[in-house]
Amino acid sequence: MEQLSVEEIRLVLDTAESLKEISLREIKKVPTLRGKSVIHFFYEPSTRTRTSFEMAAKRLSADTLSLSASGSSIVKGETLIDTARNLQAMNPDLIVMRHSATGAPHLLAREVSACVINAGDGINEHPTQALLDLYTIRERKGRIEGLDVAIIGDIAHSRVARSDIIGMRKLGARVTICGPPTMIPYDAETLGVKVVHDPVQAIRDKDVIMMLRIQLERQSRVLFPGVREYATFFGLNQARMRHAKKDVIIMHPGPMNRGVEIASDVADGPYSVILEQVANGVAVRMALLYLLIGGSRRGDMD
Amino acid sequence: MEEKDVVVDRGRIQVLVPPGGFQEDGPQLKKIEARGRIVVPGLVDMHVHLREPGHEYKETVESGGRAGATGGFTALACMPNTDPVNDNRSVTEFILGQARAANRVRVYPVAAITRGQKGEALTEFGDLRSAGAVGVSDDGLCVVNSEVMRRALEYAAYSGLIVISHSEDRALSNNGVMHEGAVSSRIGLPGIPAAAEEIMVFREIALSRLTGCPVHIAHVSTEGSVALIRRAKEDGLKVTAETAPHYFTLDHTAVVGYRTEAKMNPPLRRPEDVEAIKQGLKEGVIDAIATDHAPHSPLEKDVEFEKAAFGIIGLETALPLSLALVEQGVLDWPGVLQKMSSNPARLLGVEGGRLKEGVAADLTIIDPDTTYRLGPEDLQSNSRNSPFLDTPLKGRAELTMVGGRIVWKRRASHPGR
Repeated sequence: MEQLSVEEIRLVLDTAESLKEISLREIKKVPTLRGKSVIHFFYEPSTRTRTSFEMAAKRLSADTLSLSASGSSIVKGETLIDTARNLQAMNPDLIVMRHSATGAPHLLAREVSACVINAGDGINEHPTQALLDLYTIRERKGRIEGLDVAIIGDIAHSRVARSDIIGMRKLGARVTICGPPTMIPYDAETLGVKVVHDPVQAIRDKDVIMMLRIQLERQSRVLFPGVREYATFFGLNQARMRHAKKDVIIMHPGPMNRGVEIASDVADGPYSVILEQVANGVAVRMALLYLLIGGSRRGDMD
Repeated sequence: MEEKDVVVDRGRIQVLVPPGGFQEDGPQLKKIEARGRIVVPGLVDMHVHLREPGHEYKETVESGGRAGATGGFTALACMPNTDPVNDNRSVTEFILGQARAANRVRVYPVAAITRGQKGEALTEFGDLRSAGAVGVSDDGLCVVNSEVMRRALEYAAYSGLIVISHSEDRALSNNGVMHEGAVSSRIGLPGIPAAAEEIMVFREIALSRLTGCPVHIAHVSTEGSVALIRRAKEDGLKVTAETAPHYFTLDHTAVVGYRTEAKMNPPLRRPEDVEAIKQGLKEGVIDAIATDHAPHSPLEKDVEFEKAAFGIIGLETALPLSLALVEQGVLDWPGVLQKMSSNPARLLGVEGGRLKEGVAADLTIIDPDTTYRLGPEDLQSNSRNSPFLDTPLKGRAELTMVGGRIVWKRRASHPGR
């Protein structure tokens, strides 16, 4: 999201809007990307993002193939640059990459002439998630500019949060982040956000509340004392929802820990747009594929 | 600075005379024209990694010595994190043997503080010293156990070895790969807080206070460390310190773009830290400039930023980067030479750093005015991992002499464009 201009973000969202209806048709397929090949290269496990990309590519008739770290020569010790060069030799049009190291897609993009989409790198960015979040907000609220957004959870280690913050700020939303101090990035104010530690204060008067997944494995890194403590102090439950605006929307990038960062009745409740996010993810990714390899435009999305 | 002729005979400086003041002549007399150049005591780098034994594909004693001579250095102190670790006489002797075979610059091995750099049992300081080691350090790793470090300071003082501390609380730096600050938050890389360095700098000072023994802090990078060392010196403690040229030249924004050639440990810090390092050099809080020359091959550097090895090479860029401090008014010429020659020689307890009658003729002739850029093909080191390639540099060594022998001389066609 760091590299995308406001105009480019708007173009993606507008394109997604016109492509969304394809997924609602009886025959959910158009020939736009026939003869184009897309490699989904996932160094890290992923269900939602990977399926969403696969679905998007197939609905546009692109040929897709999936690589994962465990089933590839990565386990044989091949370097990323060598893998990249080998993939390039097969001349794909686009590579979608998920990697546990920050900057890995940037490294890949320097090595290949195919377009590269970052599907999540380390704790850095997850730009397609941010785009689908922006799309969902715009669809629900009619605009993004001037909205007040709260993001609650482990901001410091969340690539979703980082991309959301960048994208929302670019489109003119005000962002408040909330979590225990161990989960707030160093010098967070320099990201252009307001920092609070009280979830009620974070929720009040917000148009959008984004809950982040608490990564249970981080407990071992002493970022928080435990799930029970976290749910008590930061979980979004009905009691806290009483402080929210009546037209608030609740978002979550998934996968959810029900009963930890979000109570089940909130996740499934009337304010939740969580499954809409997933549906919109396909449209947004179709838009990206179309814009990058559907016509004469070329470039890298990050 | 004075205008003098330097007469060298049988490896030693025989006499310094006014220009033209040396009257003898003969077929054996060889003249080196140095008009418009500056003749200085040979530079001494008290912190380099020569990678031999074990990582010869990155650097060898020979290639590192060549890089050093090219950069104006006549002596290098090499760190023990080789494979095997230099924690015993045979490795120390091997390194010295390679240095003799290379026959270029003086090489002073720094041995490990603890066996295998494991932080547990002390190495045989006395035996290592008699084998030729000049100091001890677990560089690359910090001695975590404070009791072990205390005993190391006490035993090293008795053995006549300098203890060089790599000050880092590794539990706090954790999996960090760059300075923890506004830039790491923005570009999404795990950070190493300044406190990870400062906690251990403070510990070393406290141990020096406790034992009355000297300690030397390697590669100081933060404002807080400079303040701690300043205070220790004011208290009269035997605490000394070095920094590296990158810490007073670059800040953490150099990492942007996930540039692994700007990844080192300690990491590049904030602009405020860069200023504090300069102030520390100016006030004498920081005694020496050392390169922390850390060669790595593309195998370690052309990878994901988080996977890349820490460290950059520095021998061939240290002089121009340090001379930039003269232009900035941070140091004067004698100040630079003190930090790069006489102080490190004194700290290591070796000859060098002086240009006077009777001392070994280790000297460097510097062209202070040439501006140039170094390309990867210009480097003498076996490795290329420098953030200063293709950046404008000013000033460089023209000739390097060790014990009266010219070990390197720039040809018209030689490095730099």
